[in-house]
Amino acid sequence: MNLQQSKFEYLLRLGDSSLIIGHRLSEWCGHGPILEEDIALINIALDFVGNATELLTYAGQVEGKGRDADDLAYMRDEREYRNLLITEQPNGDYAATIARQFLFDTYMFFLYEELKLSKDETIAAIAVKTHKEITYHLRHTTEWMYRLGDGPAESHQRLQNGINDLWMFTSEMFDMDEVDALLIKEGIAPDFNNVKAEWEKRVKEVLVEATIEIPTTTFKQRGSKEGKHSEHLGFLLAEMQYVHRAHPDAKW
Amino acid sequence: MEDAKQIEAFEAKIVSGVKIEPKDWMPEAYRKQLIRMMSQHAHSEIVGMLPEGNWITRAPNLRRKAILLAKVQDEAGHGLYLYSATETLGIDRTELLEQLHSGKAKYSSIFNYPTLTWADIGAIGWLVDGAAIMNQTALARGSYGPYSRAMVRICKEESFHNRQGYEIMMHLAQGTAEQKAMAQDAFNRWWWPSIMMLGPSDDKSPNSDQLMRWKVKMESNDAIRQRFIDRTVPQADFIGLTVPDKDLKFNEETGHYEHGPINWDEFFEVIKGNGPCNAKRLKDRKDADIKGRWVREAALAYAKKRAKEKEVA
Repeated sequence: MNLQQSKFEYLLRLGDSSLIIGHRLSEWCGHGPILEEDIALINIALDFVGNATELLTYAGQVEGKGRDADDLAYMRDEREYRNLLITEQPNGDYAATIARQFLFDTYMFFLYEELKLSKDETIAAIAVKTHKEITYHLRHTTEWMYRLGDGPAESHQRLQNGINDLWMFTSEMFDMDEVDALLIKEGIAPDFNNVKAEWEKRVKEVLVEATIEIPTTTFKQRGSKEGKHSEHLGFLLAEMQYVHRAHPDAKW
Repeated sequence: MEDAKQIEAFEAKIVSGVKIEPKDWMPEAYRKQLIRMMSQHAHSEIVGMLPEGNWITRAPNLRRKAILLAKVQDEAGHGLYLYSATETLGIDRTELLEQLHSGKAKYSSIFNYPTLTWADIGAIGWLVDGAAIMNQTALARGSYGPYSRAMVRICKEESFHNRQGYEIMMHLAQGTAEQKAMAQDAFNRWWWPSIMMLGPSDDKSPNSDQLMRWKVKMESNDAIRQRFIDRTVPQADFIGLTVPDKDLKFNEETGHYEHGPINWDEFFEVIKGNGPCNAKRLKDRKDADIKGRWVREAALAYAKKRAKEKEVA
């Protein structure tokens, strides 16, 4: 892969993760545990969709084949999607959603902190804006980690289950391949070892304070970089894309 | 027994245009009526999130998805704002929600209709929010301070929602044959319910002169309905959609449109709970409440624990 192809691939990884987790959060709309959380979740979903739109727009420009963000979001199949497996996992109960958001928000917080320094000006500019947003998201999810974890037995157990169930999807967040290697060399993307160290430290701190045990499982799921997803993604995309695909000539 | 002098002073205030504020004396009937109206309005906002939220995951492009998310977030914000405004009358949100869940409190009948295609999202913004604005701009001149101020703010956002709905319809009406058909179909289904949502006709509406005098109600249902129709029909013409009313005609003398007979039987059936989605809407709200109970309890327990720790420290 040359630099252009690698950049395109990298932008899909970032953009798809935001789009898919934004989709999952938007599923909560009208069904949240309290009205304030409905507002927060919709707001966060909106940030993710906005972030995805910026990244996929730029991906299309980098690719240079005339595809825009909608083409990339609506016209690719499961195997072409590059979102992290954790982002497509179903919402479950509120604790599972908070666990997923906490693990992913923390990752995104440290990743985008590094991306702000990217030598690619567009990526750096998107990262500056996104990092401001993700700072708020992370504060929101971290507070809920404390509330649910250090709360009554039921909520504590539900959160522990959520963390346990999702843990196997966390290690692929830091996988690196030839795309990363090239972009690291060019100063465009960060070394995931740095992100991983920061992530592990923060996650540990919060889990300890939330009285949640750190899972010891060594079972890992990976595959998103090659478009190998869990079975959930196909259904999600079927729902997301069907109107757009049913009317190929339409403008909306 | 309410003091005649108190009522006199209260009414004098209203006549002179001074707003009634939460700590001011007010007749019990006034308080009750406002709680009923304001909470019904708040409930409508949050139940209304369901038919619209139904299409967020299927929005046809990213721009439409973002706009719809922002719109539904606004509706949730209106709900929160209105519940808070209602709380100034001495009732709390938990109790108001219990009234919703038990079926004691109502919400706008319109949200008991299903959103079947993407065009329904356009129709809701254009027609439902359009009708709501007609009602709410009148209520912004009402006598109760917190409610009238809420209406001013909410109307600003609603007029944006109304325009985005019309813009969706315009795109569809100018689009492919399938899109045009989708727009007309949505218009056919939402037109009459939108007209009905403004309430029963004046001869069937139990409005007392008292509510008008107290500026709780500002205009009659039929007057608001007429304004909505006069405004909306030319908008439909402009984008080439046909109003699904074969009796509709413009009266040159009065300068108003005259509509055909309204199916009030349907309206009262929906109000009674027999609309296509009454059961589903209420079930969704109740399920969210039940599934969220442990979350709210955890948040409360954590807050108490923290407060105690602070005390000790």
